[in-house]
Amino acid sequence: MSKNGQSTTLAETHSPDSKEVSTHKFLIHHKGDHVGVATSPIKEGEQVIGIYMDDNSEVNVKARGDIPLGHKISLVDLTSDQPVLKYGIQIGLTTAEWTVGDYVHTHNIKTARW
Amino acid sequence: MNNTLLGYRRENGKVGIRNHVIILPVDDISNAACEAVARQVQGTMALPHAYGRLQYGPDLDLHFRTMIGTGSNPNVAAVIVIGIEENWSKKIADGIAETGKPVSYFSIEGNGDFETIRQASWKAKEYVQWASELQREPIELKDLTISIKCGESDTTTGLGSCPTVSQAVDRLVNAGATVFFGETSELTGGEHLIAQRMATPELHEKFMSIYKDYVGEIESKGVDLLGSQPTQGNIAGGLSTIEEKALGNIAKTGTKEVIGVLDPAEKPENGNGLYFMDTSSAAAECITLMAAGGAVLHLFPTGQGNIIGNPIEPVVKITANPITAGTMSEHIDVDVQGLLSRQISLEEAGDKLMEIICRTVNGRLTCAEALGHREFVMTKLYRSA
Repeated sequence: MSKNGQSTTLAETHSPDSKEVSTHKFLIHHKGDHVGVATSPIKEGEQVIGIYMDDNSEVNVKARGDIPLGHKISLVDLTSDQPVLKYGIQIGLTTAEWTVGDYVHTHNIKTARW
Repeated sequence: MNNTLLGYRRENGKVGIRNHVIILPVDDISNAACEAVARQVQGTMALPHAYGRLQYGPDLDLHFRTMIGTGSNPNVAAVIVIGIEENWSKKIADGIAETGKPVSYFSIEGNGDFETIRQASWKAKEYVQWASELQREPIELKDLTISIKCGESDTTTGLGSCPTVSQAVDRLVNAGATVFFGETSELTGGEHLIAQRMATPELHEKFMSIYKDYVGEIESKGVDLLGSQPTQGNIAGGLSTIEEKALGNIAKTGTKEVIGVLDPAEKPENGNGLYFMDTSSAAAECITLMAAGGAVLHLFPTGQGNIIGNPIEPVVKITANPITAGTMSEHIDVDVQGLLSRQISLEEAGDKLMEIICRTVNGRLTCAEALGHREFVMTKLYRSA
């Protein structure tokens, strides 16, 4: 069974009292965060809407890579070795240059602890 | 929601939500006798584990504290203790007896398995028939000790399932309940956020000292946690760094001040409220320690799908990950994927979890209970003599 197949099944089982489905594809914890989290799979080249969870404002970004559900998208341009914010707090350092819309994971961010 | 909560009020006034009669091995070599008794006497449960021989110092202290705490847990009605030697078996039984609940101990040396099993089975039968007549009675949320720990985390835990648990933690503490959180290693990157919630400067210092000891222990091995924190499962779920994982983890702890810092398996002595317990972040070890500290119900947010259970403490699973909720639905008690699609509010997710908490208190089996997940894992601090 593919993961996409599973997601399709799930969409049909949403409870009948569900509110209208939003069109966002990613969420951002905190205004000023450098990354958003994909709540649906995002395709390279796709123009996607993100919602800030603290003030419900929206942001529109063109994805520069495929981003699986739960993985991160860059909202900023950053040079290498810069602090990265999520939840309004540093979660690590960039290990490469970032452009808005980049897929963010272990290839371009690392812990600042070790 | 049915607002009447029903539980078992034990001899010492503590309240349980299950009514187990357990057969507790003091050591690894007594597992076979305990399992034989549990097979012979229906409705009892053996808790086999790997340790209890040639331990010493703080590691031995923790062994006894975990054994005595497990037997003392209010979800346990009565206990049979079986060990190879008499003195350690008696020590554990005496510790459990302080709760006032029925407890008997048996030792195998000089008797053999057969004679021990015969004697222990008679006593176990007496206990289980006695326990089967105990009745649930009305209780309140403030009577409950609840533990929290997440596992197989991903970014959806920080977005959905952990904030849902956070809602419940604040409501439970407001209602006067006691809540434990732990996972010392998985606070790395957010330890300052927990430290600043400590109720007193003494607790702040105690917490930071435990945290620094832990970091020191890792560094003393000449390694770091890259490669194990975040785990491969965490990384597959989109978590990139230990700090990111920690902030998601901390998102389940609510907003209350922390009124106590507990050693592993230590009972809270500072009244009702939110406590930190120094534990491993490995799910089975952590929940075993929290149950030994007296927790009767566990809330477990998961992203990629951890399937953990505990023999004496029901574990409620919460996920916001739509893939996990679909592919592993037999393990999920509370599905809050609507938080990601923004079809439900955090408050509604909290309501949903509180309803399942109340139903679980009143006897609804959790998924982990229904599936027979009974992971009982003792924490070992260092190698035996």
